[in-house]
Amino acid sequence: MQFALMIYHTPEEFEMRRNDYNHPHLGAWRAYYQALVKAGVYIAGDALEVPETGTTLRLRDGKRRVQDGPYADTKEQLAGFIILELPSVDAALEWAARCPGASIGAVEVRPLAPEAKRRGFTGE
Amino acid sequence: MNEISQDDTHRTIERVARESYGRLVAYLSVHTHDLASAEDALSNALVSALNHWPREGVPKNPEAWLLTAARHSLIDVIRHQKVVLEGEPTLKFLAENSTETTLPTSTQFPDERLKLLFVCAHPAIDPAMHTPLMLQTVLGVDAARIAQAFLIAPKTVGQRLFRAKTKIRSGGIPFEIPLERDLPERLDAVLEAIYASFGLGWDDMAGADQRGRDLAEEAMWLARVLLQLMPHEAEVQGLLALMLYCEARRPARRDAKDRYVPLSEQNPEQWLVPLIEEAEHHLSEAFKHRRVGRFQLEAAVQSVHAERARSGRTDWAAIVLFYEQLLKISPALGTQVGYAAAVAESKGPEAGLAVLDSIGAGAVSHYQPYWAVRAHLLQRLGKTHEASDAYDRAIGLAEDPAVREFLLQKRNG
Repeated sequence: MQFALMIYHTPEEFEMRRNDYNHPHLGAWRAYYQALVKAGVYIAGDALEVPETGTTLRLRDGKRRVQDGPYADTKEQLAGFIILELPSVDAALEWAARCPGASIGAVEVRPLAPEAKRRGFTGE
Repeated sequence: MNEISQDDTHRTIERVARESYGRLVAYLSVHTHDLASAEDALSNALVSALNHWPREGVPKNPEAWLLTAARHSLIDVIRHQKVVLEGEPTLKFLAENSTETTLPTSTQFPDERLKLLFVCAHPAIDPAMHTPLMLQTVLGVDAARIAQAFLIAPKTVGQRLFRAKTKIRSGGIPFEIPLERDLPERLDAVLEAIYASFGLGWDDMAGADQRGRDLAEEAMWLARVLLQLMPHEAEVQGLLALMLYCEARRPARRDAKDRYVPLSEQNPEQWLVPLIEEAEHHLSEAFKHRRVGRFQLEAAVQSVHAERARSGRTDWAAIVLFYEQLLKISPALGTQVGYAAAVAESKGPEAGLAVLDSIGAGAVSHYQPYWAVRAHLLQRLGKTHEASDAYDRAIGLAEDPAVREFLLQKRNG
């Protein structure tokens, strides 16, 4: 089964990432990714730029509406995602608990939807 | 009624609920096998107590009052379920018992908690649910707290507990104390389940993750209940001793800035002497039975560590010996890693590393303590590059942010 770990950062964490690529906290992230790869559960993942760089678009009544920044105006914003291959949601929650992002922001665990992929609702 | 006595009443209800919860649930379910209904009935009784006691005063025998109220509620529940065929004998039993003119006092109704503990850890129940079931039915811990401790989604905990209780009700799991020939194995499952709620006492290793369950108090309570019910079982006493030794070190595990302190750097003056003394008492009582088991040996390892408070040193050779016996009984991964760490202290880091190398690579890919100990030993041998890789694995697998921080500093230092 594949699971997405969606990582939500606080503004402070984004700030740290922007300013200091030698921050010890980032060493924990590097180690976490290595542990995932060496345990053979890592499928894919990436980090997102800071939320202010986002642009949100809607089409309503035939009109384009463009907004600066992310979709939801909340304190914690999506900062990245990791896709893992694991036997159960229990195992996914264990890996989420080890994620350095969990001790400051939040990590949401959600299964991927294999049925959507099977029916051609994805790019593959 | 003034506010102070209102507060007192609430405290009394809390205390009675805590002390009597398991006794009442066990007594109410021993004939029906229906844990969910017994728990519902008891919570109705507790709500009723919250309504009545502040106005009418706390009854002379609060436990008996709760039992009577719960029994009435249970009769209602069973009538509503209309399971006439199965329910009739039960109803008769409950009705007969609730029309007694004198209420049973707390010592007059039998303590069925031991049967309940064996039901919770029955081999037909998913082992992962043994501990949650015990915590809920014997101590009244709610699903939300169990979800946090065991890292399961709260909704899932509710579903799994429900399934387990359904199986207990209709799966023919007997409410009885196992026969002598089954007893050691069945008791082991009960002890494992209690220990699982304690979390692991991993502070004896160089930066190993503790993954505390935050239920240490509940685990010790369960062990005390079990000891009271089975005073002659050496392993029960061994388990209680083990948990007391580990608990005694709790204040020393973090420094003033809340940083992780491994056992070797802990200040023994911060250890809780009364808990160590109690642990020593239980361990020496347990040894008198001359039936050594896993928990007694693990407690013995901790007793050697506790000795440092008096002698100022740690007798690693003794710890190695206890681990060697332990490996013969239960060669669990944690035991092998603990043995490697002890061998390293006693015979040098190379010997410890050799023990680690003998463990299969597949088993350790997710196992944080292995990497923490390995990194520590490689660093002591001056193999900086390999140590740094092992530190990365240990850091990446750590859950406790304080442990992660400690390992990051070790790696860079």
